[in-house]
Amino acid sequence: MLERFGFKLVPRKAVPGYFVFLVSFGAIVAAIVVTGFIFWIYGVNPFAAYSTIVERTLLNSRGLSEVVRKSIPLLLAGVGLVLAFRAQFWNIGAEGQILAGAVGASGIALFVPLPPFVAIPAMFVAGFVAGALWGLVPAILKVRLGVNEIITTLMMNYIALYIVRWLINGPWKGDSVVGFSYSDMFHRSIWLPTIGNTRLHWPTLVLGLLLVVLLAVLITRTKLGFEIRMLGESPIAAKYSGVNVLFTTTMLIALSAGAAGLAGVGEVAGIHHRLVEPNSISLGFGYTAIIVAMLARGSPVAAVFTALFLGWVFASGDIMKVALGLPFQITGVINGLVLLFMISSEPLLRFRIARVSLKNPETAESETGTV
Amino acid sequence: MELDQVTYTFARALAFSTPLLWAALGEIMAERAGVVNLGVEGMMVLGAVIGFIVSQATGLPYLGLLFAAVTGALAALIHSFIAIILGANQYISGLAITIFGLGLSGLIGRTWVGQPLQAPMKFVTVPGLSEVPILGPAFFTDQYILTYVGLVTAGLLWFVLYYTRPGLILRTVGESPVAADAVGINVKVVRMLTVVFGGCMAGIGGGYLSIAYRPSWGEGMTNGMGWIALAITIFALWDPLRAVLASFFFGAFFFLSFLLQKMFPPELLTLMPYTFTIVALTLVALGKGRRAFGSPEALGVPYKRGER
Amino acid sequence: MASTPPKHDSNNSLPALLSVKGITKSFPGIKANNSVDFEIRAGEVHSLLGENGAGKTTLINILYGLYQPDEGEIKFKGKKIALRSPKDAIKRGLGLVAQHFHLARRHTVVENIALGLPGTPMFFPTKILRGQLRQLGEHYGLKVDPNARIWQLSPGEQQRVEILKVLIQGAEILILDEPTSVLTPQESDALFGVLRKMTSEGKAVILISHKLDEVMRIADTISVLRKGNLVGCFKSKDTSPAELAKLMIGRTIEPTTRTDIEPSKSSVLELKSVWVQNDRGTNALQNISFRLRRREILGVAGVAGNGQGELTEVLTGLRYPSRGQIIIDGEDSTLRGVRGLFEGGVAHIPEDRNRMGIVPSMSVAENLIMRQYRHKPFAKGPMIDQREVTKFAIESIDHYSIATASKDTPSRQLSGGNVQKIILARELSGNPKLLVASHPTYGLDVAAAALTHELLLSQRARGAGVLLVSEDLDELIKISDRILVLFEGTVMGSVDTQEVDSQTLGAMMAGVSFKDIQGPTTSA
Repeated sequence: MLERFGFKLVPRKAVPGYFVFLVSFGAIVAAIVVTGFIFWIYGVNPFAAYSTIVERTLLNSRGLSEVVRKSIPLLLAGVGLVLAFRAQFWNIGAEGQILAGAVGASGIALFVPLPPFVAIPAMFVAGFVAGALWGLVPAILKVRLGVNEIITTLMMNYIALYIVRWLINGPWKGDSVVGFSYSDMFHRSIWLPTIGNTRLHWPTLVLGLLLVVLLAVLITRTKLGFEIRMLGESPIAAKYSGVNVLFTTTMLIALSAGAAGLAGVGEVAGIHHRLVEPNSISLGFGYTAIIVAMLARGSPVAAVFTALFLGWVFASGDIMKVALGLPFQITGVINGLVLLFMISSEPLLRFRIARVSLKNPETAESETGTV
Repeated sequence: MELDQVTYTFARALAFSTPLLWAALGEIMAERAGVVNLGVEGMMVLGAVIGFIVSQATGLPYLGLLFAAVTGALAALIHSFIAIILGANQYISGLAITIFGLGLSGLIGRTWVGQPLQAPMKFVTVPGLSEVPILGPAFFTDQYILTYVGLVTAGLLWFVLYYTRPGLILRTVGESPVAADAVGINVKVVRMLTVVFGGCMAGIGGGYLSIAYRPSWGEGMTNGMGWIALAITIFALWDPLRAVLASFFFGAFFFLSFLLQKMFPPELLTLMPYTFTIVALTLVALGKGRRAFGSPEALGVPYKRGER
Repeated sequence: MASTPPKHDSNNSLPALLSVKGITKSFPGIKANNSVDFEIRAGEVHSLLGENGAGKTTLINILYGLYQPDEGEIKFKGKKIALRSPKDAIKRGLGLVAQHFHLARRHTVVENIALGLPGTPMFFPTKILRGQLRQLGEHYGLKVDPNARIWQLSPGEQQRVEILKVLIQGAEILILDEPTSVLTPQESDALFGVLRKMTSEGKAVILISHKLDEVMRIADTISVLRKGNLVGCFKSKDTSPAELAKLMIGRTIEPTTRTDIEPSKSSVLELKSVWVQNDRGTNALQNISFRLRRREILGVAGVAGNGQGELTEVLTGLRYPSRGQIIIDGEDSTLRGVRGLFEGGVAHIPEDRNRMGIVPSMSVAENLIMRQYRHKPFAKGPMIDQREVTKFAIESIDHYSIATASKDTPSRQLSGGNVQKIILARELSGNPKLLVASHPTYGLDVAAAALTHELLLSQRARGAGVLLVSEDLDELIKISDRILVLFEGTVMGSVDTQEVDSQTLGAMMAGVSFKDIQGPTTSA
């Protein structure tokens, strides 16, 4: 199409790092601007709105703690997804894996009496394992049979949702609860400790940061990480190199899904202190984690920052509801816009525009040089 | 269970399956042309909110439905532009539309929440046929027109897909875009048109919810139906007639889980269809049927001429 | 040779249906067609002969409107025309049956054909066609079930569908690109019968092939292309396979720079009655047995698609044989797999340099250890020892003069020759016993190719056994001690390089067995 105007798209050979960052940042800015415009349409002064948000989320210690608190599950699930995406495994099932982790932790909390210093680690382990197992089914189906992982992980989300609902309405329904559905409260001693009088459950945060470091090291410095990168970037070359595709892929998905499971543990043991309605536990963290991972473009360390950004968006949603009377769903608008702008700008990264000599316009095919 | 209850269940399941069917039919056509649209949920919910607002404001439910369809089509236009023209990752672009659509609809609808629709679409009861024993109450009593139109549309789409030239072109674009390109068919245009059609259908499905079935608006009232429509697309093996059965199957399960909650944990019944989808996909991948029944070969892959 | 069937007398007074003059077409770095002339008349079978890279496919792509020539003119029935797209070509009665079929596999035969036919009705587009297809099929002997789905058909039957498709579109000039590459001998005979019937009715056929005896059998006129130039155009009755082979391959061979080394008595590789299936489930290799000794370079010659790919795969662990044994250095290594083989001293220089031999997005340094990262000195427990990797990278870049901005540059930015150097540096680092090199100099410039040859020869001197698969006969003759020729999955013969010349090799690659070449030449 462009050829008629004397231009054509030429694939770029190398993308400078700063350009990638610039494009991602540009997408975020564009999303914020468009959202401001939407505010204006709804009769809310965008500048007033944003300044209220900034004041209450960033310039206020309680607000800041909320931002960080919302970032925790995003970080855990998101960094796990960074790993999965690196190997071209499109894990849309973080939502369900979070719930699986929550179930695992709740199981320990409610039915396995342990002294607190054992119980808390046990909950995290159980949550990790539960999340990992939840991700393993789609993983094996994909590697062995080529079944599309997007649909299977999505279905697992729903199955997890209904299992949790069944548990809180059925076998795990709280004895002391009438009329509502949730499990019994966990024993006070195994509630995750928080910082000061905020709701920031720091053990999960620490775990998250540890995981970031672990995954960063894994990807860049270990044999397994090397194999994961090969698998993601050139499966043929990985085969040529002798990588055991089945083993490596399942390992990494287990890790990715387990990380999401940890997020679930944090929510249930650190915030709600009981197993509750699934939508209140996961709140869309699983889907937002996808954005965290995509913005991070493959770097576990970058995921810390993208998780903070999206945590900020979540926290802003609360403020907007309370202070501006806007529905919480506006966070979905911002998130969706970020994602839309981001992928629309992908072609900018892959191609650049070059002039074409109009003397002998060639057909639109790219010559591969085969004769 | 008494006969009355059975026919009642059937009728309610039919009504419930209608939005699923509309959305699934649209998605089937899009995927047959080779494009995955994870934005169905977003398109449905946008259709629902706009449909409700227009109906409420004008008192004309069918006008609302029209606007719902157009809204879905517009959202699909964005998705198809990004996925087909720009060639970006179509899974993510669809997902983005869903996230965006859920948020935007919540925003737009905030002042309209909870209002009952003044002039909703009414039930119809087919005269004469509704007197027939068993079939009458099950099928011809107290349904919305959209349900019947949906069924007829399924039949029409089936006919078009397999027995007309445009259907052949559509299927080829999804199976082997190279073959289509080699005879001069513009793959990108066919795909865009089909995706926009899919968005239209999803919008109507959403509109049905807010104008007919539960004439009101509430945030996120589609409750994941768009995702179920995606599951139905696969479960129905990309065939419009099978989609009728699959939608009904899902609809029945949802309704039964409500009806039988004294006897079975409703949640466990509700999760069956999702489990079945995974099982169905596995069977398709395992069986010899894979060649005959699998997904369109070029599904999910943007077409670039010159690449093999 | 088979007795030649009666040929249709091409009438010189008939004007050419399609004639092109002075066609020149260049791609970045290569001149694919250099001032080529070509003509085709009604009732004629005109064959385009040449090696890979000679320019045959480019020329027919120009005839079919897929490419535009840089220079030259195209005349149709005497009038100058431009063919801007396949639609123009189809309008003039041209029809192309490509090497890779353009068929939708899940659709039926009629559906595929209906697609390409303008004027099929809106409703029930396939109904009328069924009858038409049956008629055409019977008339030409192209029997195929209209309701069968493409994936159910054999390649031969699929080809019939493509031919029917083209005929129904009203083609008067059929272009067939390597049609017999997917056919059994019997199917090839049937195809030639069909072609003869067509030409007797006044249609014209342009046939691309590299198979000399087939071309001699079916063609009236033969044009030979070599490296983009037209080097000869004859009536088939005026020439011979030997003359054609000589024209295809070209100049005389340079004196070899290979020093005489006595190969050792011990075999590093032995294949015993090996059968290998390809992805389609047919036999790519049938009952292959041969030995490769230490200090020996064994060349494997043959046109692509005759089993060489599967041979390299089975020797490097990327595929397993269905029958037979592969013995490396005395040990049965048939089922060892990629890792086992590499660790056992089998190095692999793959044909697909850029996608298999390296991970394009990874750095030079990472690609240098892509196969050895599991062991000392590069691995320390689960971690990769970055210092050792850096050390090895710097050494290799220096030793092989790899032109790269730094060891951390993504390898996709390097030129073909330097990518090859990365692969060589890596594969040779472990002093392999057996080196399997697949088309190692394809697409390389002269200097890079020379370096590759040097390295292969030095490995031989060092005591390794080298298996060199190549389509470049000059290269094979220059470097190998012995040459094995593969044709349709079997060994046509194994000859000592000093006793053979490129004509003989060319003939063997085209399916003539060594015995037949040595006997008295049969008259054409």
